[in-house]
Amino acid sequence: MSELKLMKGNEALAEGAIRAGVDAYFGYPITPQSEVIEYLMRERPEERTGMVVLQAESEIAAINMVYGAASTGKRAMTSSSSPGISLKLEGISYLAGAELPAVIVNVVRGGPGLGTIQPSQADYFQSVKGGGHGDYKLYVLAPASVQEMSDFVEDAFDIAFKYRAPVLILSDGLIGQMMEKVVLKDQQERRTDKEVIESCGDWATTGRTNRERNIITSLDLQSEKMEARVHRLMKKYEQMEKEDLRYEKINCDDAEYLIVAYGSSARIAQKAIELAREKGIKAGLLRPITLFPFPKQELFDLADQVKGILSVELSTGQMVEDVRLSVEHKVPVEHFGRTGGIIHTPEEILEALEQKIINNGRIRHHKTRESSIL
Amino acid sequence: MDVLDIIKPENRVFCKSKLMTDTALSYCPGCGHGTAHNLAMEVIDEMGIVEDTIGVAPVGCSVLAYDFMNIDMTQAAHGRAPAVATAIARTWPDKYVFTYQGDGDLAAIGSAETLHTCNRGENIVIIFVNNGIYGMTGGQMAPTTIPGMRTSTSPYGREIETMGSPLKMTELIANLPGVYYVTRQAVHTHKHARKAKKAIKKAFENTRLKKGLSFVEIVSNCNSGWKMNPIESNEWMVENMFPYFPLGDIKVNGKLK
Repeated sequence: MSELKLMKGNEALAEGAIRAGVDAYFGYPITPQSEVIEYLMRERPEERTGMVVLQAESEIAAINMVYGAASTGKRAMTSSSSPGISLKLEGISYLAGAELPAVIVNVVRGGPGLGTIQPSQADYFQSVKGGGHGDYKLYVLAPASVQEMSDFVEDAFDIAFKYRAPVLILSDGLIGQMMEKVVLKDQQERRTDKEVIESCGDWATTGRTNRERNIITSLDLQSEKMEARVHRLMKKYEQMEKEDLRYEKINCDDAEYLIVAYGSSARIAQKAIELAREKGIKAGLLRPITLFPFPKQELFDLADQVKGILSVELSTGQMVEDVRLSVEHKVPVEHFGRTGGIIHTPEEILEALEQKIINNGRIRHHKTRESSIL
Repeated sequence: MDVLDIIKPENRVFCKSKLMTDTALSYCPGCGHGTAHNLAMEVIDEMGIVEDTIGVAPVGCSVLAYDFMNIDMTQAAHGRAPAVATAIARTWPDKYVFTYQGDGDLAAIGSAETLHTCNRGENIVIIFVNNGIYGMTGGQMAPTTIPGMRTSTSPYGREIETMGSPLKMTELIANLPGVYYVTRQAVHTHKHARKAKKAIKKAFENTRLKKGLSFVEIVSNCNSGWKMNPIESNEWMVENMFPYFPLGDIKVNGKLK
């Protein structure tokens, strides 16, 4: 039965995993995401659905456990926060290379190094530009609410199994720790072993029956084979861009100025555009829900309509590079964001929009040049 | 008995297991890996459990074990095979799951995964081939390289003062309550190979009985890495490795010997 509850983001994610019929969770405690494994241990999902929950000896062990379960066609996931994700990157690269479906959750905190336990969005590059070694990408979902923390687990597994590829849920300490009401979905049945073998039997290592043996590996010592493997991965990423891009537009129809923000920054930016409109500034918000694939075409098109774009992130400016690449210099793109665990306010975002975009000399110059051409 | 008699099926004591593929082994002639592979495959074949067996290959010389073993196999990141096997055993509790690892993989980079998987008493088999050297990368020092032994990263011999003592991983994990069976074997003679096969069979039987973790170390040679011919390397192993890594059972049915 679906039910309405008041929950923390991390707990909603854990409950979402149980209800999505996930087979196994392997984790290691780290602030600010420890509630995920705490909740799962408390809830005894082994009794509720038969889901395996195991506290590993390290983040490295946890991601390799995910690799093991995923190699047999099981729906396996792990979660961590920034320094822990850095440790998992080797395993994530192996998951991508071996073409295994799995879900990884990053409840981001400030860095580099041990950094801070406060929220941050400074792992954008790590998430969408590879992170681990080699030619690969992750499908990246960025929840902006406790509801999405819960819902995205199932969405992530759907994508992971559609493409046989690892999927990252890129959250942050704010979304993970805050409490909101959430509608929990109905419990889904976990697949039986027989169903796993039937649906994944052509690739998963479930024991060789009267078929050729299945092998899971990311190793190709012959360069031609390795190149073919990489091209196969790239084809998947191209298909993701065509079929599974997700974004949300708020007040963009008449917007003269655009804010681009994801996750917790999108929530704050939503308030900032309300404040802007109260002042008569026509501001809109484009919220990428997937960070890869990125809404490149949408931004390219919106750049014909707006005078300037402000990219807002809890970092010193990472996603802004992708915004600039998408816009192709049609209009000025600036970055605003607090970092080190400080969360910007809607007022700060509005001030940055006014100072960096609306009152920016380059924008006037840009428009003047355009009108002189016309 | 001449060669034609020896190769008659009725006189055959050892042959290629039905579960070994026809792919030519990538191991150096004289290396013990091929025998160790064959023994494991014979056990799986004789127990009739191939449909329920999942192997985990390491990084190292035996990284391509899946090319030679005709069973479902997953290749793990360096040292992480026990973590990979843990998850498979937990999500498929009725399957037979084993790892096949070398000394660099199991006792150096994967020491944490080895220790904790053993400590949890996962219901798996670990086959640990210890030749005291990193073979695949070209003969560097391993955690199990014995004192004074020359390798490309201990060119003047392993100095205990600066490089530490060889790690007796097998004795270490035998002390963990979750570990049910620990033995150290060798495969350089027919007699030793037969004993090693019995040990591997016992280990897989333990999995069937859900007794927890079984750990079979095989002390082996690396004639290329040790820069000897195969016969010399086996003699050197007997004289120098066995005193440091004595053969025999260390823990049986959960009890230390």
